[in-house]
This record gives sequence, structure tokens and C-alpha cells, in this order.
Amino acid sequence: MADRVRIVNACKYFGKVVALRNASLSVKPGEVVLVIGPSGSGKSTMLRCINRLEHLSSGEIWVDEDKVTDHASDIRKIREEVGMVFQSFNLFPHLTALENITLAPRVVKKISDTDARDLGRKLLARVGLSEKETVFPEQLSGGQQQRVAIARALAMSPKVMLFDEPTSALDPEMIKEVLDVMVELAKEGMTMLVVSHEMGFARAAAHTVVFMDNGEIIERGPPEAVFAAPKEERTQRFLKHIL
Amino acid sequence: MAEVESAKSTGVSKEAPVSPRGDPRLGRGARIEVTDGALIPGRGEKATFSAWRISFFGALALLVGLFLFKPHPYRDIMLFLPDGILKTFEVTVMSIACALIIGLFAGLGRISRVRIINRIATIYVEVIRGIPLLVQIFYIYYALGKLIQVPDILAAVIAMAVCYGAYLGEIFRAGIQSIHKGQMEAAIALGLTRGQALRRIILPQTVRVVLPPLGNEFIALLKDSSLVSILAVSDLLRRGREYASKTFDYFEAFTVVALVYLVMTLFFSRLVALMEERMNQRGR
Ligand SMILES: Nc1ncnc2c1ncn2[C@@H]1O[C@H](COP(=O)(O)OP(=O)(O)OP(=O)(O)O)[C@@H](O)[C@H]1O
Ligand SMILES: [Mg+2]
Repeated sequence: MADRVRIVNACKYFGKVVALRNASLSVKPGEVVLVIGPSGSGKSTMLRCINRLEHLSSGEIWVDEDKVTDHASDIRKIREEVGMVFQSFNLFPHLTALENITLAPRVVKKISDTDARDLGRKLLARVGLSEKETVFPEQLSGGQQQRVAIARALAMSPKVMLFDEPTSALDPEMIKEVLDVMVELAKEGMTMLVVSHEMGFARAAAHTVVFMDNGEIIERGPPEAVFAAPKEERTQRFLKHIL
Repeated sequence: MAEVESAKSTGVSKEAPVSPRGDPRLGRGARIEVTDGALIPGRGEKATFSAWRISFFGALALLVGLFLFKPHPYRDIMLFLPDGILKTFEVTVMSIACALIIGLFAGLGRISRVRIINRIATIYVEVIRGIPLLVQIFYIYYALGKLIQVPDILAAVIAMAVCYGAYLGEIFRAGIQSIHKGQMEAAIALGLTRGQALRRIILPQTVRVVLPPLGNEFIALLKDSSLVSILAVSDLLRRGREYASKTFDYFEAFTVVALVYLVMTLFFSRLVALMEERMNQRGR
């Protein structure tokens, strides 16, 4: 099967800082990839290059047939197909939960208000927040905000979802409600790249674990293999820390 | 909470006069500190509020008292002035309206990634802020006069708008920059263009942040509009002078003029404060 996301020899420099060194990664449709690694290892950078929130310094990234790193390609089309969920939710504070979800379909896809509303309600129901339709983000708990943010990304019917530490800004008791939604999504066959250190999610949903350090992809494999018997010394050391 | 300082208090500094603090997820509930123009009496600041009350009602009472108990010359003066008050409002409202448009473009220009637009906007702001308003008014008046014949009041409005556009531009810039960058990223990641994101996500949040400082610029402009009296625009100040030059009641005429300006600016200060309070309460 063709790769849904293909990263080839990606390098990214921020001035003298090397955020990505020759990272290569292929993600199959329906695959759930968990990206782990110490702080500053380039996990966020890799994700942010996939929808070109950051530009690669060299290398190539493909989403299906579309070359993200080609400046001639329609990046907005690609961004429609790549959903992103942020650590800090980034919900639009001046819009209600429903409006947060319906904005992009209305503005970008130009679907009618009624269709957008129906879609929004369906997605709110899917993340278990039907009764929060008219509520503003400020009045939602962190877990609820993140679930709205997931629904917002799903509203564009993406082919890939990127999650950058979706639960690390949450109080422990709210982590599960967000992970449940993500596991559900994974079961439905969504292609996902998830930066997270939640072992629960790794066990329940991840097909592949990628360990990054210092901008490099050090090791990748099925979670059982990487967690139980990491091959690389750096992976072993890191896992000892977090497990 | 983000704080936006008044554009004027920042001088010619190029740094964003905004220091976003606290929860970066929410670009809201921003509070604005103003060091220029009238003191804003919020209900929280008891001392300021009562000072406001004393000044406002004191000025009002004084006007009424003079009108009733010393009709000559005060009654005549007060009957002579209303045309000027209207003119002052006319100039102020038209100027602020034009300045808002200029300011929005200047502010957007200042944050534009297009180098040339950015440069032009920045030069505009720096040049305007470096020249006294009175000089600008003279200059624009005579510069315009060389090109086209425009009514005095229009020349006055253009001069005020060009000048205040620069200050409002700085407020807009600071306001836009006080919105957390995650907002733009989230919008872009959904497939919106930068323009769509600006219009639908960034500017609506900016309005909340900039309304109070804009209110204060309005008050400052109301006061500065007295400068246009040198352009044969019969605003409040000029009406006062006209009256005085006929009757030689200079002291009395300017007493009334000063009190009327005071009542007006204090009134609007209170309005701005209430608006700010409401916005903080609503929390969004
Ligand atoms: N916009 C930026 N400007 C300069 N340097 C940056 C920028 N973004 C990231 N970096 C640097 O690039 C490196 C990789 O950062 P990145 O955010 O991708 O790491 P990360 O693995 O996501 O870390 P964390 O777990 O802390 O989120 C770090 O050294 C970081 O300081
Ligand atoms: Mg990160």
C-alpha cells in the first residue's frame, strides 16, 4: 500500500540548532504512530513540518500524492487533509464550541450553515459533548476543550491526524476522556501521528513507536518490541526514565 | 492577561508594548493600562472614582450656577457656544472614523511580512509621531492648499486623521500581537488563508483588547481637536475666542470653554471605563 505520510531525509535548522537530522519515516494508511523522545528531540518540529507550519531546511515530505515541501503544491489543500491537535488546545475563545467546529468547513469548504451545523453536532456527539454546543471554550474544562479541538480538526475530514502532546496540559483526571476519544479514532482507522508519553494509549492503540533523540529517529518498531526490548542504548536509557 | 499600553506612552520604541502573561490559550480578558489622556475611573479604584465625581459634577454645577446666578455674561456665552460644541464633535467623530481606517491599515502594515509594506507603515508611524500635531495641521493645511481647494473643516479632519492614524495603528499592532500565535496556527492548520484567519480569528479578538485604548484616543482627539480652531473651523474653542473678541470677556469665555471641555472628556472617560468593566466581567 502507498504511504499516507512519507518523510524523506528531513532536516530542519533553527539558526544553529538542529531540530531534525535526516529523519525518515513512512506511515501507512490507518497506522497509528506514537512518537516519543526527550524534550527538544524534534518531535513537535517533525509534526509541524508535515502541514508546513514549519518549513523543512532540506528533505521531502509527502502526504499521499501531494508533496508538502514543494512550494508549487497547494498547501491549503494539504492542510485540509491533515488535522492537527495542539498541546494548548488553541480553541478560538470568541466562538462557541459548535462555532469552533463549523468555522473551517464554512469558510474553507464553503458548505452551507445548516450542513455545517449538522456536521458540528454530529462531531460534538462523537466526542461526548452534545450539551456544550453553545458554550464558550473558557467555560469548558481542559479535557472538554481538547475534545472540542479534536472535533474541530475532524470537521475537515482529514486523512491524517497529528497530535502534539494532546494530554500534557491536562489534569490527570481529564487525560482519560481525551485518550478514549483518540483510541476510538484509531480503531475507526484514522491515520495518526501522536507525540505523547501516555503508555495507556501506546498499549491500546499504537501500531508503531518511534523514538527520537537529538533530531534523529533512533529506533522504530511495534510497541511491544520497542518498550520490552529496545535495541538502542539511548532508547533504553530514555525508557528507564519514563516507565 | 495581556496589557496594551497606550501608543503614546511607548514613544518611538519598536518593541511590542505588550507582554502576554498568564494563560496563553486565551487571548482575552486583556487589560489595558493607559498613561496618556484622562484618568479612567474604574469602580475598583475608589479614590479615582470619587475624584472623577467631584470634577464632573463640580464642573456641571459650576456651569449651571453661573448660568443661573451670573447670567451676564455667562448666559450669553453659553448660548453662543453650542454651535462650536457641535462642530467639535463633528471634527472629532469624522477624524476618529478616518483615523480608524488609516490605523487599521497602518497596524496591519506594521505586522506585514511583505518588507516594503512593513517599511512604509513603519516610516509613516515614526514620521507622524515625531512631528507635533499643531505643526502637522499647519503643514497638511498648506500642503493641501497647494494642490486642491478643500474646505477648512475637511483639511482639519484629514490632518487629525493622518496624525491619529499613526497612534491608532500602534494600538492595533499591539492588539494583534497580543493574540497568542497558537490562534493563527490553529486557523492555518485548518486550511484557512492568513487573510481569512486574520479576519475571522485574530481581528475579532483584537477588537476586545483595543476598544478601551481606542476609547482613550477618542478622548485625546476630542481635546486635540481644539487645535483646528487655528484653521478657521468654528469649533468650541474658536467660538469662545469669537465671543471674547467681541465683548472682551476673555476670562469668562475661556472659563466656560474649559468647563465644557472638562465635562465632555470626563463624561467619555466614564463611558470608556464602564465599557472596559463590562468587557472584563463578561470575560470574553
Ligand atoms: N521556532 C523555533 N525557533 C528556534 N528554535 C526552535 C524553534 N522550535 C523548536 N526549536 C528548537 O528545535 C529543537 C527541537 O524542538 P521541538 O519543539 O521539536 O522538540 P520536542 O521534541 O517537541 O520537545 P518537547 O518535548 O519539549 O516539546 C529544540 O532544540 C528547540 O529549542
Ligand atoms: Mg514538543
